[in-house]
Order: sequence, then C-alpha cells, then structure tokens
Amino acid sequence: MNLLLIAILLALMAVGYRLGTRRSRRVSTERKERLHSLPQHYGTLVALWCGIPAFIVLVLWMATQSGYLESVALSELPAAVQTADEGTKLSAVTRVMAIADGTGVVGEVSAEEQAAADAVAQARLIRTLAAVALAAALAIGGFLFTLRRITPKLQARDQIEFVVKALLFVSSLIAILTTVGIVLSMLTEAIRFFSFVSPIDFFFGTEWRPTFSSTGAGGAGEYGLLPLLLGTLLVSVIAMLVAIPVGLMTAIYLANYASPRLRATAKPIIEILAGIPTIVYGFFALVTVGPALHGLGETLGIDISATSALTAGLVMGIMIIPFISSIADDIITQVPRSLRDGSLGLGATKSETIRKVILPAALPGIVGAFLLAVSRAIGETMIVVLAAGNSPVLQGNPLEAVSTVTVTIVNQLTGDTDFASPQSLVAFALGLTLFVMTLALNVVALYIVRKYREQYD
Amino acid sequence: MDQPASPPTKMGVSVTSRATEGSAAAAPVKVSAQNVDVFYGEKHAIKGVSINIPERSVTAFIGPSGCGKSTFLRCINRMNDLIEGCRVTGRILLDDDDINDRSVDVVLLRARVGMVFQKPNPFPKSIYDNVAYGPKIHGLARTRAEMDAIVEQSLRKAALWDEVKDRLKEPGTGLSGGQQQRLCIARAIAVSPEVILMDEPCSALDPIATARIEELIDELRQNYTIIIVTHSMQQAARVSQQTAFFHLGNLVETGSTEFMFTNPHDQRTQDYITGRFG
Ligand SMILES: Nc1ncnc2c1ncn2[C@@H]1O[C@H](COP(=O)(O)OP(=O)(O)OP(=O)(O)O)[C@@H](O)[C@H]1O
Ligand SMILES: [Mg+2]
Repeated sequence: MNLLLIAILLALMAVGYRLGTRRSRRVSTERKERLHSLPQHYGTLVALWCGIPAFIVLVLWMATQSGYLESVALSELPAAVQTADEGTKLSAVTRVMAIADGTGVVGEVSAEEQAAADAVAQARLIRTLAAVALAAALAIGGFLFTLRRITPKLQARDQIEFVVKALLFVSSLIAILTTVGIVLSMLTEAIRFFSFVSPIDFFFGTEWRPTFSSTGAGGAGEYGLLPLLLGTLLVSVIAMLVAIPVGLMTAIYLANYASPRLRATAKPIIEILAGIPTIVYGFFALVTVGPALHGLGETLGIDISATSALTAGLVMGIMIIPFISSIADDIITQVPRSLRDGSLGLGATKSETIRKVILPAALPGIVGAFLLAVSRAIGETMIVVLAAGNSPVLQGNPLEAVSTVTVTIVNQLTGDTDFASPQSLVAFALGLTLFVMTLALNVVALYIVRKYREQYD
Repeated sequence: MDQPASPPTKMGVSVTSRATEGSAAAAPVKVSAQNVDVFYGEKHAIKGVSINIPERSVTAFIGPSGCGKSTFLRCINRMNDLIEGCRVTGRILLDDDDINDRSVDVVLLRARVGMVFQKPNPFPKSIYDNVAYGPKIHGLARTRAEMDAIVEQSLRKAALWDEVKDRLKEPGTGLSGGQQQRLCIARAIAVSPEVILMDEPCSALDPIATARIEELIDELRQNYTIIIVTHSMQQAARVSQQTAFFHLGNLVETGSTEFMFTNPHDQRTQDYITGRFG
C-alpha cells in the first residue's frame, strides 16, 4: 500500500519532468526568448514541486499513524481500563489493535474490545483516505502550478540549488536532532535515576551492589561508579599499552620503510583486523587468550584469572591496532616530502629523520589518533562482556576479574527490566557518563587534529 | 665576474685541455663525473654525462625544464637513492673517491655534500634547532657553548644572524620566504660541507631576496664548492664561474660562464641562451 503510493508519486514526478522540459522549450520558442536555465532544470523543478510536499505529507502520516490509532483505541475502551496502570493499558490497547488488524488474539473477544476495534478500523480508513487525498492534491497542485509558472524568465536553476541546499540541510539536521534526542532521553532517564540515588553516591561511591534492593523493599542498593570506572580505565590503559606502540611502529614501517608492493598488500591485511566483529574478538579472548594467560601465570607462579582486565585489554589492544596504524600512517605520509629530504640531505639516517623531524611534525595528528582510539576503547563492549570477568569490585590488579561501565550497562538492561526502578535507570546514568567521557576525548582529539592540519595547508 | 674567460669545451673533453685556459680551470677538481647514466625505471634521464667541477667556485647547471639538471645534481649526494626505481651508473668522484663505492657511508657523504632545495624547507622547529640539527646528528659540538658558536657562525655566514639573533627560539617556519631559504643555507653550512648543491634556490623568492642569496653565494665560494641549478640566465651569469648546459639528458656543453654566454660552440646552447627555446 505505502510502496504503491510512493511508486505512483515517482511516476507522477517523471511525467512532471518530461512535461516541464517540453513546456519550457515550447515557451521559449513561442516567445522567442532565451531560457534563463536549461530545459532539464524546468523539468526538475516541476518534478520537485510535485514530489516533495506530497512526500512530506505521506511520511508524516505514516510516522504518526500508529500512535494516533492507539490513542483512539484507548479512548474507546471502558473507563476502568483508562485509569488502570501503564502495563494493563498497554496490553489492552495491543489486543484491540490486533483485533482491528485481523491478526487474531488469544481468548475471547469482548464486546467492548470489538467496539473499540471497529472504531480503530474506521479511524484508520478515514485517516488514510484523508492523507492520500491531501498528498494527491499537493502533488497534482504542485505539478500544475509549477508547469503554469514556467516562463523563460523563471530562474529554475537557482530554485533547484535552493531545494538541494534545503535537502542537504535537512539531512544534516536529522543526524544532529537524533544526537540531541538521544542525549535528551538519556538525560531525562538519568535524572529520574538521580531521584533514587544521589549524584554524590553515584559518582563517588566505591560499592556496586545494585541487586540488593530487589530483595529488600525500600533500600536502593549501592550504585558507586568508581569500581566500574576503574575497571574501564584498567582495560583501556592495557589496550592502549598494546595498541599504541604496535600501531605506531606499524605505521612508521609502512610509511617509511616498506616497499610500495609490500605496503599495498600489508595495509589492507592489517585493516581486515578492523573489520572483524568485536564479538569474535570477545570469544577469541575468552576461549584462547584467557586460558593461555592463565597457563602462563601458572608456569610463572603468578595468579592470573582467565577472565581479567589483562585478557580483555590485550585483545582490545589488538583490535585497536589497525585503527591507530591507519590514521597514523595517513598522518605520517602527509608530512611534506621536502622535510624528509631536507633531513636526509643533511646526512641524517632514516630513523633519525623519523624521530627528529617526521614524528614531531606529525605528533599533534598522532595524539589525535590516540585519543580517538582511547574513546573507542572506553566504549567497547563485547570484548569486555566476555573476557573481563564481570566483578565490580574496587581493585587495581589487572590480573583479576573486573567490570566496566559498558558491561554493567549490559547487565542492568538484560533479563527482566522494569524501567521505573533504579536497577534499570542506572544504565542511563552510566551511558551518559560514558557519553560525556568519549565526547570530551573526541572534542580534544578533533581540536588537535584540526590544529595540525592548519600547519601545512 | 672576476674570472678570466676560457673557451668552452665540448662534452667529454678532458680537464687537461681546459686546465691550460684561465685560472678557473686551473683550480683542482672537486667533483668529477665520468659517464654517468641515470634511469627512472625505463626512462633514461641522464645520458653519459662527464663533467669536472673545480673547487671553491660556483658552477651553474642550465637547460630547459625536464632536461635532467635536478636529477644529475641529486646524483652528487646520492639523494637519488631515495627515489623508488631510480638507477645510477658510471663513476662520480669526490676528491678522487668514488661516492657510489660500497665502502662509502652515505651519511658521511651527505655531510660533505650539502643540499639546498628549491622550496625553503625549514623544519617545524626553532631557528636555533634548525641550524643545530645537522651538527647534533654528526656530533660536531661537545658542549652547549660549541653548539652556540656553530649556530652563530652558520647564521652569520648565511647573512641571517642580524635578522634573527633576538628570536632564535622562534619557529623557523615563521620567517619570510627569503629568510627561510637563508636559514636552509645556514643549516647546510652548519655541518661544514665541502660542496653545496643548490637546486633553483631562488625560484620561490622575490628579486630583493634573490639578490641577497646571490651575494651570499658569491661570498660562500671562498670556502665551498657550489653547484647551482638555475633557470635564470642572468643569475647564472651573475653568480657562476663555470656553466654547464644540459639538454634532453645530455650535457651539451660546459665551460667558463663568460665564454658560454658570449661564444658558445653548440647551436643548442646558443639558442637556449638567447631564448629561442626552453
Ligand atoms: N622521480 C622520478 N620518477 C620518474 N621520472 C622522473 C623522476 N624525476 C624526474 N623524472 C624525469 O626525469 C627527467 C629529468 O627530470 P629533472 O627533474 O631532473 O629535470 P630538471 O632539469 O630538473 O627540470 P626542471 O628545470 O623543470 O626542474 C624528466 O623527464 C622527468 O620527467
Ligand atoms: Mg629541477
């Protein structure tokens, strides 16, 4: 149904394009005036005016349809249901909608339900007809109106430019609005959480025992962020200790030493590492790296748990290597050749040139790459869920199991969740914390990278 | 030009025949190329070039664009080694030592044969560090005071000291184009090279900065052997004692600058100098 409408609209636009093109030519010859724009521009203009308003109406209609129908269903149901709690209301409405759709429901359909369903079906019909009629009117109206407007003086090209600009603007607006929306929803939920637990207890608490209250009645449990933050920090630091040296040296080798042929094969292979899903890294850590480290610890006489900050950090570091190496490689190769030649021409060796000229010149960009990598490490979830051991205790030993912010979010949101309890709401507070941290890192990183760019332009 | 004129010699004519003419040719040979060929992959960029370059004087390489001047210049401190697919054959002697010999350390060679590039390329470091870069690498100064002395001397020789002595800590990239080029010359001088190669050192500079660099080159020839690539006939005439004319990878003709400009043997040289092609 919806697809058909859109197909019809597209067909109409195509016709509009043809007619607009043709009419502009005819008008031009009739009046013996040069067209301001190309005939195709006039055709496009007709197509746009025909399509865009109608399309907007159709999209708005589809987006709001189910919400509207549910409100109709609720208003048709008995007053007892309307004053009931959220859960009851929701299941009642869902039943009515199912009846109206004809998909069938469990159990007997009561008379009230049937009545409500009929009302919903009727409302749907009316609303659909209205929307389609409005869209059709707009499409045909825009079509005819624009076609009539075509004169050689009409600045079709400029109007198309304007429409294109508007479209691009709206697209970027969507991304921005989504971000704002996500942040706002996280913020409101987090504020709800803070009505249960004070921010001071959350940000400075050293105990994490959220399950406590689900057994007891009133107690909210302990929601101290610090153990989780420390876990995140431990894992990230280990990851960066692995990724930074290896990634950077890979980049230096590829950019300065490798022959073009080796570079052409090695670079894509390294970048395949970045394409491996993180869950695969996760079970690689769990199944291979963890036991191997545990065994290594036994032979050395150190106690290393199979799932630990070390395991997770090590594997996460491997995951981040291509991220660092490819950005650093780009930045190093961007350092002007003249600087390299200048240093080599003074008798510096390759490694002296890299250490004393190329790296200092590329440093800001490389630091930017590091910060971006850190923010990835902080936000990484799958590897730590599987390999970090999930033990939210405030301790700094990387050989022991830890828990991180991301893992805890997963834990709080899986299984039975009741979004009115602090147990679930805490996930939003944690998410917000994570978001602010990575945002700050990204902002700093982008600032540094941009600063570096200015240097050589 | 204070050098007496000597008649130009055809390519391949030996030094001795030239040594009989004028004092410029009487100076000992610093760099001697014998039958040098350069290939970029399949492309034959330099074809059997032989030339002797006398000590403590300025030799100009001229010729139309793409004729191989830069390529040949880069052979002399083996910068062509850095270019993928570039192959050099033949012998190049620096004070009678073959620079392509296996025993030659290219690092030391480049300390002896310095280079100034077409575009000023100061490192993104302070003026002081730019000049101190080479001496540090080659361990030429044992104390801070020695290094300060080298830096000051080099900047003085490059006629830049008075302009920068109060801002040695500021970045070299903050200087004007002409100052940057003199900084690069100071940087090259700081490692006390014997030969300085300059590839179109004034092409990015205005006439006043160019004049300063030309003056500087004229002074430097007291102590250094200088080879300069230039597209400006006037510049070649003003600063050089010998001129070599390249064309399509061949060294067409070489001789004292005055003679090359007044009475060249080869028609192609004549045409190029009088601006009939190029
Ligand atoms: N890196 C390279 N790879 C392949 N061919 C090259 C390379 N560098 C130079 N060439 C070729 O070798 C020839 C000589 O080039 P070279 O740069 O030496 O000329 P030039 O005389 O310095 O010219 P110009 O006066 O324009 O600087 C040219 O035909 C050029 O295309
Ligand atoms: Mg050149």
